[in-house]
Amino acid sequence: MSLLNALRPGGRHGVPTSESRDPIGLVVAGLNRLAQSDVLDRVGLRKQAEQAVFTVTRTGFRSVTTASRTFARAGSAGRPGSRVPSSPRTGVFDLTPTEDEQMLVDLVSEYAAEVLRPSASEADEACEAPEPVLKAGLEIGLPVLGVPEVLGGISEERSAMAGALVAEALAHGDMGLAVAALAPGSVATALGLWGTEAQQQTYLPSFTDGDVPAAALALTEPTVLFDVLSPATTAVRQADGGYRLDGLKSAVVRGAQAELFVVGAELDGSPCLFLVESSTSGLTIESDPAMGVRAASLTRLHLDGVTVPAEALLGEADGSTYTECVRLSRIAWCALAVGTSQAVLDYVTPYVKGREAFGEPIAHRQSVAFMVANIAIELQAMRLLTYKAAGHVAAGKDAARSTALARKACADKGMQIGLDGVQLLGGHGFVKEHPVERWYRDLRAVGVMEGSVMI
Amino acid sequence: MINLDEPKKFRPLVSQAHQVAMNMLRPVSRTYDKGEHEYPRELDMLASMIDGLSESGAAEGAGANGVGRGDDAKAKERSQASGTKNGANLASVLSIAEMCWGDVGLLLSMPRQGLGNSAIASVANDEQLERFAGVWAGMAITEPGTGSDSANIRTTARLDGDEYVIDGEKIYVTAGDRADHIVVWASLDRDLGRAAIKSFVVPKGTPGMRVDRLEHKLGIKASDTATIIFEGCRVPAANLLGSPEVDSKQGFAGAMATFDNTRPLVAAMAVGCARASLDLTRDLLAQAGVEVDYDRPAQNQSAAAARLLEMEADWEGAYLLTLQAAWMADNKVPNSLEASMAKAKAGRVGSAVTLGCVELAGSIGYSETELLEKWGRDSKILDIFEGTQQIQQLIVARRVLGLTSAQLR
Repeated sequence: MSLLNALRPGGRHGVPTSESRDPIGLVVAGLNRLAQSDVLDRVGLRKQAEQAVFTVTRTGFRSVTTASRTFARAGSAGRPGSRVPSSPRTGVFDLTPTEDEQMLVDLVSEYAAEVLRPSASEADEACEAPEPVLKAGLEIGLPVLGVPEVLGGISEERSAMAGALVAEALAHGDMGLAVAALAPGSVATALGLWGTEAQQQTYLPSFTDGDVPAAALALTEPTVLFDVLSPATTAVRQADGGYRLDGLKSAVVRGAQAELFVVGAELDGSPCLFLVESSTSGLTIESDPAMGVRAASLTRLHLDGVTVPAEALLGEADGSTYTECVRLSRIAWCALAVGTSQAVLDYVTPYVKGREAFGEPIAHRQSVAFMVANIAIELQAMRLLTYKAAGHVAAGKDAARSTALARKACADKGMQIGLDGVQLLGGHGFVKEHPVERWYRDLRAVGVMEGSVMI
Repeated sequence: MINLDEPKKFRPLVSQAHQVAMNMLRPVSRTYDKGEHEYPRELDMLASMIDGLSESGAAEGAGANGVGRGDDAKAKERSQASGTKNGANLASVLSIAEMCWGDVGLLLSMPRQGLGNSAIASVANDEQLERFAGVWAGMAITEPGTGSDSANIRTTARLDGDEYVIDGEKIYVTAGDRADHIVVWASLDRDLGRAAIKSFVVPKGTPGMRVDRLEHKLGIKASDTATIIFEGCRVPAANLLGSPEVDSKQGFAGAMATFDNTRPLVAAMAVGCARASLDLTRDLLAQAGVEVDYDRPAQNQSAAAARLLEMEADWEGAYLLTLQAAWMADNKVPNSLEASMAKAKAGRVGSAVTLGCVELAGSIGYSETELLEKWGRDSKILDIFEGTQQIQQLIVARRVLGLTSAQLR
């Protein structure tokens, strides 16, 4: 039986399990084995393969998580943390950002244009966000955007709209770097929204004092038809009141550097969030580079008998906090899609006006011009849907439906924009000389990713 | 401060329109779909009610006459005080969407709410505004040989003393039979191109203008669509809307300004009609045990639920683009681009949603026992009149790419 299995091609290399080999296939498979065998190398028929060196670009490399700093325990676990109020409900239809939001967007746009965009290609290649880039992001205050003022942050009221605008502006520079830069702030925002006094006072000082730890929101799991509301990762209550966590998370941003994870796991039938420090034993990190968003150094996080104290539970145990977190994350991904889609539009516009075919700019042809028009139309619809959902969150209204509609539009139309962007550049769209192929890969993330970032 | 929810102050207006749509339009919706060209008598009562509401101020300036204009100084003052204005344009798109949730054809037949009224409201001078107050004006642009390229119309207006003499044939005039006035586009001099095209208000009964015939149509059958012949039709020179100067620099802009104001209205019609389909289909699916869970991934739900979610998302995009265009008009921000974006998106979403709902509801959707099939027919015209899908894309493309009509044809 095991021999038979070994002869079957399915289940590996992207081959469906239903495939079988005929005699020719068996011969070809044998030749392939030989070609791969180091016998060839030993007899000097092929150059010695380079020693495989670990880089995060290689799938499946496993290592332990980084040692976290000692987060000094403070505050009372029994007391609720500080909260910011919802933003006021004006009841007036308005598309104008507040002055503060506009200032923030201007600042972040400059960072996106002058720091993120020039580093994007290399970071994508290296699957790593350069330290100076992330540092500059810290300097402009990305991690404390959603943190209450009383806890050292800058938010006086719920800053979901600012969060969405910032994510959009960052992704106009580069989505992968935007995700890397936003991840710690997302964890800080979560602490601000749901943390107890103890959780806020233990962790938030690290995010507000300058030496900001890498941190990640780990909700996604590598399963087909993954339903984020029913994670396979489990949390089991222990005799001492703590929890034992087991499972596998994916799309964990900069997992190898992260010192603090917010992990989604099911507890007594409800999905919950848990704060897990990277030094906790039982954690393993595995590189997991993907189609796009590569600068965010995506990883898998293995949780094998990880025990955390009772105070690790973040927010409610009834699934409400978790569901809210999922929505906030989806809106963030929508905003990222809007920013990257705008980058596509801004790039193809001069391109189609400059590129000539049949004696005139291709922009003069309706089939080309209409594609650009549709990018502009769908992009603006995506933007308005995203702002509407973010506005609901900021005002403390139910955002379930508006979030779902924004996500659907941004996943579908965002991908279409990526696709059309490459198409409009033709062969130039397919090569790395132009950034459009990267945006194409990045835009597929929307609708797939859960967690990682939130507003 | 960004907020995309329906303005709070228009809630009474919208719920009023909703009640009218539900209790007055829907009960006779099928009747006038069947009885094409019959006059919907119920509308006279309704029109009086709407006039009453307008006078009392409860209509918030909504309707065909309220779009596009407004006291600039007042708008500016208000926007400085509270940052932004929610005015007659937003009120109009919201109430029109609501009425079209009831019935598009009947909305188009509403006395004194014709597209010609919007044209008057958009380009008339103060004297004309006063003189034409309270009229019901249809809009006559299209000709047998000229649709989207309205700069190419053959109808002429020749100045003779203090009168213009109009000659030509106009087709597809919405409410052309029932309206008491027609706003007709004609050229002062066909050699001078688009700049010479002006619009004229012609009262019904003017010698030389006659309704030739009514069309039999795919949808919006409650609305009369007329062919109107002009033969030596004389109107006072003062009935020319806007400036009589042929200014080649300003060109077509005067006449086209109407469209910036009417396109969001037509987008609102598509949005309203599509919502009727969505609301009913959501209900029918729920009765069949299918409900959308907005938090679960679409692909983990039934195909019907996933489809409904997709249509809702598409619809919401069209709705928000429409509100955006109207909001910009309320705040005196040029909105040509956004008006065309709204019209393009709402036009195609109107068709996609109404036809998708017929499919989801199966033969119930296809049968005349329900109104889904009717909405599937009514919606199509909304992607055609006031500028087809393709014309909207052309306008958006030219604006986004910064190309002239000579470069991108």
